[in-house]
Amino acid sequence: MIFSLAIYGAPYASQAPDTAYQFANAVIASGHKIHRIFFYMDGVQNATKLASPPQDEADIPARWSRFILDHQIDAVVCIAAALRRGVINEEEANRYDKPSSNLAEGFTLSGLGQLVEAGIESDRLVTFGY
Amino acid sequence: MILHTINKSPQHSAISACLRIIGKGSAILLIEDGVYAAISPSPFHNQLCDLKIYALEADIKARGLSDKVLPGIETVDYQGFVALTAQYDSVQSWF
Repeated sequence: MIFSLAIYGAPYASQAPDTAYQFANAVIASGHKIHRIFFYMDGVQNATKLASPPQDEADIPARWSRFILDHQIDAVVCIAAALRRGVINEEEANRYDKPSSNLAEGFTLSGLGQLVEAGIESDRLVTFGY
Repeated sequence: MILHTINKSPQHSAISACLRIIGKGSAILLIEDGVYAAISPSPFHNQLCDLKIYALEADIKARGLSDKVLPGIETVDYQGFVALTAQYDSVQSWF
């Protein structure tokens, strides 16, 4: 079965990223496929590569980046939600004349249409609300 | 048939909103703070008795509620969560 996930919660503010991460691993372990993970609203904060949590706490953004690269998953971050929260890739940083970028490896900035497409292309779309 | 997930405690309107529209044959999976609806006494005890209710075991354990879960509520692990989403036609998340 083909799954897509939508994540609306920010790490350290909401349990949603953790629940979604455990669920995503269980999807793979159950032999299903993940078509896309869509990060929306405060969920875009999962895609920063600059988070530096204490060493005895889970590094939730780094954990997503590793998972996405390990399993070659399409991870889309809503561009409108991301830019207004300071989650930005190099291309957009140049466009808006910002001093740096922070989008972690494996993530892509794109539009809400990718969430709609994920709903159409997947057997199940599971939302993890904040 | 729909699997409804609820991630907020009964204090929040998510569960009452879900209970107003849930159809016959559909089920509820309580996750995160939603598991507080799975314990006794629960303000939704009577309504929950008539429905198939699941609760995520990790979230029950994390909150120390293991010995308070209402009879009739089935606990599942994350693979059980995945299996439920596959078993029902679609998933509606209340948050």
